[in-house]
Amino acid sequence: MLEVVHEQIIRGREVVADDWRVLRLEENETPEGVVVPEGKVIVPLSVWLAQKETLSQRAELGVWIAADERFEALKGDADRFAVIAVDFPKFSDGRGYSIAFNVRKRLGYTGELRAIGDVLRDQLFSMSRVGFNAYATRKDRSIHDALKGLTVFSETYQASVDQPLPLFRRKERDVPLEHSDVGAGI
Amino acid sequence: MYRYDQYDHLIVRERIAQYRDQVARRLNDELTEEEFLPLRLQNGLYMQRHAYMLRIAVPYGLLSTAQMRMFAHIARKYDRGYGHFTTRQNIQFNWIELEQTPDILTDLASVEMHAIQTSGNCIRNITTDEFAGVAADEIMDPRPFAEILRQWSTFHPEFIALPRKFKVAINGAVEDRAAIAIHDIGLTLVKNEDGEVGFRFMAGGGMGRTPIIGSVIREFLPWQHLLTYTEAVMRVYNSYGRRDNKYKARIKILLKALGVEEFSRLVEEEWQDLKDGPETLSREEYDRVAAYFEAPAYATLDDSNPLLAHPDNKAFGNWLNRNVKPHKVPGYASVVLSLKKTGVPPGDATAEQIDFVADLADKFSFGELRVTHEQNLVLADVKQSDLFEVWTLAKSKGLATPNIGLLTDIISCPGGDFCSLANAKSIPIAAAIAERFDNLDFQHDIGDIELNISGCINACGHHHVGSIGVLGVDKDGSEWYQVSIGGAQGKDAAIGKIIGPSFSGGQMPEVIDRLLQVYVQNRFEGERFVETAQRLGIAPFKEHVYATPISKGELVGEDHA
Ligand code: HEM
Ligand code: SF4
Repeated sequence: MLEVVHEQIIRGREVVADDWRVLRLEENETPEGVVVPEGKVIVPLSVWLAQKETLSQRAELGVWIAADERFEALKGDADRFAVIAVDFPKFSDGRGYSIAFNVRKRLGYTGELRAIGDVLRDQLFSMSRVGFNAYATRKDRSIHDALKGLTVFSETYQASVDQPLPLFRRKERDVPLEHSDVGAGI
Repeated sequence: MYRYDQYDHLIVRERIAQYRDQVARRLNDELTEEEFLPLRLQNGLYMQRHAYMLRIAVPYGLLSTAQMRMFAHIARKYDRGYGHFTTRQNIQFNWIELEQTPDILTDLASVEMHAIQTSGNCIRNITTDEFAGVAADEIMDPRPFAEILRQWSTFHPEFIALPRKFKVAINGAVEDRAAIAIHDIGLTLVKNEDGEVGFRFMAGGGMGRTPIIGSVIREFLPWQHLLTYTEAVMRVYNSYGRRDNKYKARIKILLKALGVEEFSRLVEEEWQDLKDGPETLSREEYDRVAAYFEAPAYATLDDSNPLLAHPDNKAFGNWLNRNVKPHKVPGYASVVLSLKKTGVPPGDATAEQIDFVADLADKFSFGELRVTHEQNLVLADVKQSDLFEVWTLAKSKGLATPNIGLLTDIISCPGGDFCSLANAKSIPIAAAIAERFDNLDFQHDIGDIELNISGCINACGHHHVGSIGVLGVDKDGSEWYQVSIGGAQGKDAAIGKIIGPSFSGGQMPEVIDRLLQVYVQNRFEGERFVETAQRLGIAPFKEHVYATPISKGELVGEDHA
């Protein structure tokens, strides 16, 4: 078994100590067979599904979803996890954004949603918008620099998890001309 | 046209700050080239054969003269004195220094422009009909919806790392001048039986290695649902689109793999939770945006200018015939300024020409311009009584070649002269063909025909949908050209069929000539080349083209064949 420990993560907008371990299966391990260590562990979705009965006994448990897995697999269970993590196998693989959105919007999960894997500073703003509130950024980069990635834009056009209303429903935007029949064709 | 408000300005300003910082981090190696790549691409910056190339967004091809003059400024200050208008209704500069790109963006922002999402695996510039708002056959102006989609897609947090590029086109007229069938999403504004406005929603079109005509996934989507439905499509694509092979990563491949029904079902399912939610468009928002596209203050005029009815000047008559398009307001017309003068790479314009066209637009067309996906420029609102003067002036700068829609109105990608992906050159082929068929009487006799050239299978030059398509291919390290015929854009979009083994560059003018001979000998009265080609199939063309050997010929510039 491969465990990834991140000593520090970004939670909210702060760098904090973290004692969760992320369990990743090695090639010779199976979801059924792997022994989940004691303590705060974020297990792969496949392990959760295979060992649901025993893992359900645990007080503190996290689960992570791979980019090619479906969020629906957690339907009905989401709220029992202290952490749900979404894995980014490569920073250029954007499936995790849609997974996060759906975990929030369709599963209604309100707890810690953590981005793990190839997580870099320049992705954090978008991640925060689709519902992530914790980030295990890549260990070879300064996590304090990464923090700056969260405050790139102060205004956005579209709705997402962080901001359920699009700009046009939140702000009075200038109307350039006085016209009574502008949308006549509609 | 659309004008930025405080929020648009703010977002663009914050983007520049973000990008400036990214460039700085790249230059001091805090970012690897691999990490920087998607960041710069989402800002339209490519590494080309010789230098960086910057692609600047011209949303739906509409420009003010202040914006146009900014291009001239950029061409002079940061490039080599010219720019290149593209099939994506954008402009590209080919000789850019990385260090200067943040300053270019700052200059662009001063005229409400940017380079956001002009490349990369995200939602790209939304394209539309270059005659939107003025076309005589328009049902509804697509530009307000294009602008609404532009804003919605700008830095959409969920769709910044899609499996592949994503292109949307909208058409609001009876004719389709936006080539919607070859876009990832192609929208047509329609009215239903009750007179309500909505979209015929197509998805899964595209060119490249696997050219596919889009499929209708919804016959009628009420306009209010434009954003939520698009979001559902994007989420399905982001979740299920292939990422293992970049050539199979476009939405067209997913749609084909699932079938239209299953794909539509997934979209509808995803949409159920979004439908009627906050992103549903309001009438107020539509009105706000649409107000920017209000028609200019036209004079009350008649259509009866005698000059137009009986031009006694043949050259002017030719130009009227080809480069002047009908307008919905009496007394006005739209003028296409040709960027296809023989000897000039298609779509190229010098800084001087760019400034000059801005002057023309200020004087004759309410200070606005458009870029066409055939790589020409349009003055959309010219008084018919000014046409002669516009023609005279345009001619003085080499912008009045009366060839719009004709053989030498060639679409061509930059090809091997600039592009690092090219298998072969395109510009010298376009030049050789244009030179061979420079005779206007001959071109007018051939009539409407689209000759499209791409330097590789990526199809940036739209070769698949050319009446004649030319594709650069690599054979044992030399440059060869494969020819297809019968492709079409527009309402009857079709993918061309390859006629046979490829040719050397020097043979291409003769190949085109032989294809035209078959057409001229077989055409019915009034039949266009593409119709003849589709009616006859490739056999007679193939037979004639390959009947006797073609001499290698001389190709302008270098010929590796
Ligand atoms: C900087 C040089 C360029 C590069 C590296 C480049 C790259 C590419 C690539 C890789 C594709 C294939 C995408 C795919 O099938 O997934 C493509 C397609 C395309 N590009 Fe370019 N391109 C360049 C310049 C241009 C230019 C100058 C234009 C406009 C004149 C253009 C317009 C297009 C269009 C219309 C397509 C086809 C879209 C489709 O497949 O649906 N590109 N380009
Ligand atoms: S078609 Fe190929 S050669 Fe031409 S611009 Fe596109 S990628 Fe380059």
